[in-house]
Amino acid sequence: MSSIQPPSEILWWKQPLDRVEGTWIAIALVWSLIMFVMMPLWHVYGKQNLSNEAYRTTPEAFQAKTMAMVNEYTVRTETDQQIPVVRPPPGSDVYLIARLWQWWPMLELEKDQTYRLHIASMDWQHGFSLQPVNINTQILPGYEIVLTVTPDTSGEQTIICNEYCGIGHHNMVGKIYVTEGGS
Amino acid sequence: MTTQLFRTCPESGLQFHRPAEWLMRANAVVAVVILLIGGLTAVGVTLTRWPAIHLLPADQYYQLLTLHGINMLIFWIIFFEMAVLYFCSSTLLRCRLATPRLGWVAFGLMVAGAVMNNLVVLRGDSSVMMTSYVPMPANPLFYLGLILFAVGALIGCFIFLGTLVVAKEEKTYEGSIPLVTFGALTACIIAVFTIASGAIILIPTFLWSVGWIAHIDAAMYRLVWWAFGHSSQQINVAAHVAVWYAIAAIVFGAKPLSEKVSRTAFFLYIAFLQIASAHHLLVDPGLSSEWKIFNTSYAMYLAVLASMVHGLTVPGSIEVAQRAKGLTKGLYQWLRKAPWGNPTFSGMFISLIGFGFIGGISGVVMGTEQINLIIHNTIYVPGHFHATVVLGTTLAFMSLTYYLIPVLFRRQLAFPALAKWQPYLFGFGMGVFTLMLLAAGTLGVERRHWDMAFTDSALGFDYPASAYTLMGIAGISGMAAIVGGAVFILVTVVSVFFGKRVGSESSYGTVTSRLMRAQPDIVPSGGHAAAGRWGFAAPGTFLFALFFLAIFVIYYAVNWKYLASVWPLS
Ligand code: HEM
Ligand SMILES: [Cu+2]
Ligand SMILES: [Cu+2]
Repeated sequence: MSSIQPPSEILWWKQPLDRVEGTWIAIALVWSLIMFVMMPLWHVYGKQNLSNEAYRTTPEAFQAKTMAMVNEYTVRTETDQQIPVVRPPPGSDVYLIARLWQWWPMLELEKDQTYRLHIASMDWQHGFSLQPVNINTQILPGYEIVLTVTPDTSGEQTIICNEYCGIGHHNMVGKIYVTEGGS
Repeated sequence: MTTQLFRTCPESGLQFHRPAEWLMRANAVVAVVILLIGGLTAVGVTLTRWPAIHLLPADQYYQLLTLHGINMLIFWIIFFEMAVLYFCSSTLLRCRLATPRLGWVAFGLMVAGAVMNNLVVLRGDSSVMMTSYVPMPANPLFYLGLILFAVGALIGCFIFLGTLVVAKEEKTYEGSIPLVTFGALTACIIAVFTIASGAIILIPTFLWSVGWIAHIDAAMYRLVWWAFGHSSQQINVAAHVAVWYAIAAIVFGAKPLSEKVSRTAFFLYIAFLQIASAHHLLVDPGLSSEWKIFNTSYAMYLAVLASMVHGLTVPGSIEVAQRAKGLTKGLYQWLRKAPWGNPTFSGMFISLIGFGFIGGISGVVMGTEQINLIIHNTIYVPGHFHATVVLGTTLAFMSLTYYLIPVLFRRQLAFPALAKWQPYLFGFGMGVFTLMLLAAGTLGVERRHWDMAFTDSALGFDYPASAYTLMGIAGISGMAAIVGGAVFILVTVVSVFFGKRVGSESSYGTVTSRLMRAQPDIVPSGGHAAAGRWGFAAPGTFLFALFFLAIFVIYYAVNWKYLASVWPLS
């Protein structure tokens, strides 16, 4: 028995490495470095990066901005709750409220156009999970996160809350519709 | 030390200090009781997430999930770790435990905290999950329970450190502390840091919950909470790696390939743990990409490197020990001839494979800054950590328990035939369960979510049929793992409380013998490598490690490719 006894050599730190260990450490280190450089490389060459643009905000301030957008660009309402569907112009700032237990309003975006999507929570923490495209970010109260997003598939996308936010969490669903360009 | 009572176990040669022995027993027994509670909650949660069954109503699902997370991740693992710490100090170093009375204070605080927390969650007003993210409020006693538990655990850590000092002063061992004790020391140092972070965040949150502090910033909470939540996982890794080494030594007489490498790898865990918590915040607002990349990769990949090193050296040391016994045919005779019917060994080996292949690879992939965008908070995450803390830590602890029943509790193992199968049932059930969750998470199925069919919601969403199939298989395999867990509890409880006593005498006396250095290797002519191949002492392990790396590289690349298919973001 030995790993549960003191090392046999007094100067154990002077013992040379086994070849199998040395080789594996070298390989594993190279692999670790490759994984490390992949992330900065993707910032340069990849298309899916968070800009990490975020601001401090308050529920009142964020709600005011959202209301302004809704008042200007609502095209119709859906469900018996009369949730507005907003069609903001391409390139504009778009606001989305996360609150117990709703994503508000619904959005209608144009394919291959870029939008600045601002999201903030009015109350507790929420998770923005866009399905089926599968994009997930954390939404916090007091912070306004900005995603600069370019939808490149058309059709209906669903926003699911994926941060547990109480008993209505699983009902917190919203919609983003993506229309073909030029319509 | 004439008043000290020691006994030497005739089978294992280990020497137990009576007060330490009772503390280990108490901590291990309570750990198993909590594992039982955690297992019962797992039944409810698993059957609810199995779409065809969808057992519980929403409020009970969230309540049981809170109980499951806290009891399993915090209470079960840390109670058992206390026993491991006392074992790795007092027992392995053949020394008296420092301040055993304080050990009982620690134990009492931990029990009180755990009971308080459980009762509050059971009352129903604190279903906030183990993360208790502010500003979602819980009952103040919820946080107070966790704080009491943490204080107890912290005292336990200092008793461990004190015992190392006692052993050194009373010269109970020659030379340096054994590798396994060094691993436990790593776990203990990380634990002290972890508990400090926990205090920094939980105490203000407690004060907030009683109204003395007006506001806690959600982003700050997450940063500090994960400095605690992630580091505590590093305690588990250090502890279960130490257990792997211990079992390799106990079953095979294995000795580390080199002390220097294994100890350095443990040290890397300490050096880089504080910043690795960032990988929980990769899609949080308010943090820069530079910060995220530096903290997750610089830090994490060196800790990953450390785990990859242990992943080689643990089986490598077994291979060398087996080859030295003449099992040198081919690349894998040493492994084929291993005692697969001994649950201490089979459990440990399945733990190693499951932790590395499933837990390790998935963890690095989802901890990559951009890839986290397609994984954050999906059920992929529980898939990952059930591979690390259940397949890895829990199964390693179960394996050690099989060894401890005759040695520490002086009882024969009850139902040996069941015990023989238990690691396979638990390991393969959990293995399939975790793979299914990983796959379902890739399809966007969420974690902590009561209804993937959205039946009560005004706006629905349909997951592909394959997502339902995957969650169904997860339900079945999860139940298989739960049966495996139940067998473990049955075997241990019956052995410890109703088992036959071990035949041999192990009476208490005052004589203690000193822990000697390991025998120097009887190196065959031409060195270890002569028994191996290609100049490698452990060629089979090396080839296996390359196989692991190949899977790692492919899976990593596939995930970048998947990421490239989602909407462009900047
Ligand atoms: C026998 C086996 C087990 C099964 C079948 C099982 C099953 C599950 C399931 C289905 C979930 C819920 C996932 C979700 O809906 O989000 C879950 C969550 C969890 N499990 Fe287990 N589990 C088992 C054992 C364990 C053990 C031994 C541990 C820890 C050592 C553990 C730690 C956790 C944690 C931390 C969570 C997350 C709770 C949260 O989201 O707050 N589980 N488990
Ligand atoms: Cu929500
Ligand atoms: Cu939610």
